[in-house]
Amino acid sequence: MSIWFRSDNRLPQGRLAMASYVIVGMVGVLLLGFWKLQVIDSDKYSSMAERNRVRSIPVIAPRGRMLDRDGRVLVDNRPSFSVLLLRDDPVLVEKNLPAIADGLGITMEDLKDDLSTTRALPKFQPIIIKPEASDADIAFIESHRSDIPILEMISVSRRRYISGGFMGHASGYVGEVSEQQIESSNGRFRPGDFAGKTGLERQYNDLLMGTDGMRRVIVNSVGKEVGRLSTQEAIPGKQIQLTIDYDLQQVAEQSLGTRPGAVVALDPRTGEVLAMVSRPTPDPNDFSVRVSKEEWQRLNEDPLHPLLNRAIQAQLAPGSVFKIITATAMLEDKVPPESYTAFCPGYGTFYGRQFKCWVYGKSSHGIVNYKKAILESCDIFFYNVGMKLGIDRLAYYATKMGLGHRTGIDLPSEEPGLMPSQEWVERVFHRKWYAGETISVSTGQGAVTTTPLQLARTIGGIAMGGIFKQPHLLKDAQDVGEERFAISEPTVQKITDAMYGVVNEPGGTGGALKLAGIELSGKSGTAQVIGYSTREKVGKSKKFEDNAWFVGYAPRRNPEIVVAVLVQESGQHGGTASGPVVRDIIKAYYDKKTKNTQAPTTVEYQHYDFNNGTAPGDAAAVVNAVQKQSDVSALPNATPAAAKITPPPPAKAVRR
Amino acid sequence: MKDAPGTRDYDWWLLAILAAICTLGVIEIYSATHGSSLAGMHMKQVRWLLIGFALMFALSRLDYHLILDHAPVLYLIGIVALIAVLAMGHTRFGAKRWIPFLGEMFQVSELVKLIIIIVVARFFAEVRSDELSLQDLIKAGLIVGLPLVLILKQPDLGTALVLMPMLVVGAFLAGLQWQHAAVITLVGVLAIGSVFYPPISRHLLKPYQRERVTSFLHPEEDAKGSGYQVLQSKIAVGSGGFWGKGFGNGSQNQLGYIPVRYSDFIMSAWAEEQGFKGVLLALGLYMALLLRLVQNAQRAKDRAGMFLVMGVAAALGFHVLVNVAMVIGAMPVTGIPLPLMSYGGSATLFIFLAIGLVMNVRLRRFVN
Repeated sequence: MSIWFRSDNRLPQGRLAMASYVIVGMVGVLLLGFWKLQVIDSDKYSSMAERNRVRSIPVIAPRGRMLDRDGRVLVDNRPSFSVLLLRDDPVLVEKNLPAIADGLGITMEDLKDDLSTTRALPKFQPIIIKPEASDADIAFIESHRSDIPILEMISVSRRRYISGGFMGHASGYVGEVSEQQIESSNGRFRPGDFAGKTGLERQYNDLLMGTDGMRRVIVNSVGKEVGRLSTQEAIPGKQIQLTIDYDLQQVAEQSLGTRPGAVVALDPRTGEVLAMVSRPTPDPNDFSVRVSKEEWQRLNEDPLHPLLNRAIQAQLAPGSVFKIITATAMLEDKVPPESYTAFCPGYGTFYGRQFKCWVYGKSSHGIVNYKKAILESCDIFFYNVGMKLGIDRLAYYATKMGLGHRTGIDLPSEEPGLMPSQEWVERVFHRKWYAGETISVSTGQGAVTTTPLQLARTIGGIAMGGIFKQPHLLKDAQDVGEERFAISEPTVQKITDAMYGVVNEPGGTGGALKLAGIELSGKSGTAQVIGYSTREKVGKSKKFEDNAWFVGYAPRRNPEIVVAVLVQESGQHGGTASGPVVRDIIKAYYDKKTKNTQAPTTVEYQHYDFNNGTAPGDAAAVVNAVQKQSDVSALPNATPAAAKITPPPPAKAVRR
Repeated sequence: MKDAPGTRDYDWWLLAILAAICTLGVIEIYSATHGSSLAGMHMKQVRWLLIGFALMFALSRLDYHLILDHAPVLYLIGIVALIAVLAMGHTRFGAKRWIPFLGEMFQVSELVKLIIIIVVARFFAEVRSDELSLQDLIKAGLIVGLPLVLILKQPDLGTALVLMPMLVVGAFLAGLQWQHAAVITLVGVLAIGSVFYPPISRHLLKPYQRERVTSFLHPEEDAKGSGYQVLQSKIAVGSGGFWGKGFGNGSQNQLGYIPVRYSDFIMSAWAEEQGFKGVLLALGLYMALLLRLVQNAQRAKDRAGMFLVMGVAAALGFHVLVNVAMVIGAMPVTGIPLPLMSYGGSATLFIFLAIGLVMNVRLRRFVN
């Protein structure tokens, strides 16, 4: 062994001791570090660890179904998957966005839009980036679980409507809630939620919409679900039963066909809406996922206004149907007396201006009394009556009997129509009423406009002897509003007899509609879209064809059903274009009534039976719990203030 | 040999502490891997430990003076091996550190650590005065500097850094003068400062190293890189609380949120499942281990033995400090394992061989 080391072997004991102190100090400092993390900040890190391992996935509550009056399903749900983006980790989101956009076929723009609109939400709340995931989308998500751990799928239920827009305007449709809705909902809506946008879906959204649940699952570091902590069940929306009769609705849909117009069938005794159709109609199924901007624009710019529910929103001149109002006013006020007759040569001159009867140029009505005037719809007679009554009496009766204000139906965005009066022109146009205007109004032309629903309610109410029920679609509606306007019994008899005559007596404009064994009564109306004189200037153009009305009911008195039909710009008379639709529906009503023992027809579309487990995911289990009860709710408080004749300002849809 | 030591001369306390730490390691490796594709790793670790024990006893039989005799040769072997690794080593995780040996991949730098302990001990044992001259200090610096640069080239900042405390502790015990210490400290502070100062670190550090430094300073900005690792580690440690979540119950550990939870971040897994009380136990054992090493140094027969033991203590102490500080987010991620607890072949063998040197010194303390 070589002698390379110092023979002096004194050790530096002082410095070695210092090393010991350094060691103790070092361990002490490290322990302080652990103390801070594990004791002082433990709660903070515990919650971070929880957030790491726990992922909250919403369980979407299925919406309540809509049933018809016999319990047949009109609006149902179908299972579907939505793609969720988990946003806890902004870096991961940023990094994976292009791959996600590519894999799911979404544009980066849309993705970024989704992210920016939901910026205010808590980060742990995932957002829906693609509703209605396709099989390819599902495969993409499953195969990229580890490299794109921020995608998740949830089972949702989508609305399923009877195809082709069946009852589409009444049911309305659901859509993603708008930012406005979210703000005004007090936290009930979150971005990506679906809520009713129109129709009953919107009206009864609070009932139909359930409360979403939350599934808390454990995920590992690559986003794989490895366990389940808890499931807060979704509370499904309530099922509602409607007054709609599927059979009548179907007849109404078919009978109106594709013609633009509307059908409303009411039970005037209760105000129940038995059928409601508006044409043209989009298929609400097209809205149940997400409607593209282009499609939305197209629908809004379509000259036929398919988004308009004509049954409650078309404000059009009622034409000769209005003569029932004029006649009722005449008989009640005895101005002119009942025995009053007028001579119709096919035209008449009032206030220095010539007004034509609809038979002008073809024939004339000769001497007419009120009954013949109603049967044959003589304009000249009512011009005279209107002139004698004056606009304010007409307005008084019309308003009392339901025109010029909303009926209060349980649908959003009902239009009030317009019943003009002296007060109205003064208020709106700051001028005096021209007496000549009364001439037009007395036959349902001029400024007066009504919706099909208003006409059905008014005519039905008159036939009921002056009881005007609030129309409604919810079967178990309570506190159904009603307006009573005492019409004397003789007047009711005379008016209803006359309307019976329209269909059942020689010369009536609805003679072709006669139904054996049924007291079908009614009144036709053929409303000019433009005046006779204007028409002569523009020539015959499809665009300015007449609107055809027919409001029919049965039986003659205390009717069970009243049907108002509008066929727009058909170029035909009310009795010809609209009458048959009324007849078909009323016939179907009686057919069903006589064969009542027969089982109701089944709805011709397959609805998904969640009970059979056809729907995957949690939504299925939850739907099992759908409560059979259809919740009762009061109708919108819209008992119209009819006492005061203050018609609203003219609406845009007034055509003249 | 004239001084054949008996079994009673072994440091049984030291062995007991070692065994205890290893047991904690094996338990936590089992907990961290049993449910995953890495299941069975704890048994591999046990195998390494047994080999380690055997090597430790073997090395303790060989007189350390003989080993110190051959320090220049060992140094040469170490340098050649490091160059060989750079020339033809295997690349894993972006660094050239491994060469195949007996069917396993070995990190040459682990062996070099051992050699540097020996070389440093030999160098300082030869210093003839109680005060370390500047000349000797620079010499020692150059001796350590060469392998350090070679290891940095791999690149392996962590292992390279381990060489520093060996030099510093050796120099300190060899009589480092306070003014030299002050200068070295100043240089050290400047060096560390430049690492954290981007305009300079840009030229000094590899991108991944800069990233680690950045993420150490701003862990939130790098949520999935090494900042993510540190954050997840802190979450694991913090959520463990005082009592811990229990064996096999750490969600951060079991669900894989802790990075390399069976190796570099095993302390994080341990702290999550065993809580502060478990940390107290583990760090207490490490402290006992280190103090026991110092005690052995104090009782060494000669300065050479003391330098050997303190070189080992410096290396182990540095490992513990840097690894544990990393786990609690107090130091950047450097890839330094926790001695005896972290899973690893070369690292475990290095530690047992190092302890073998300590035993060696211990066994010969009374012999003159």
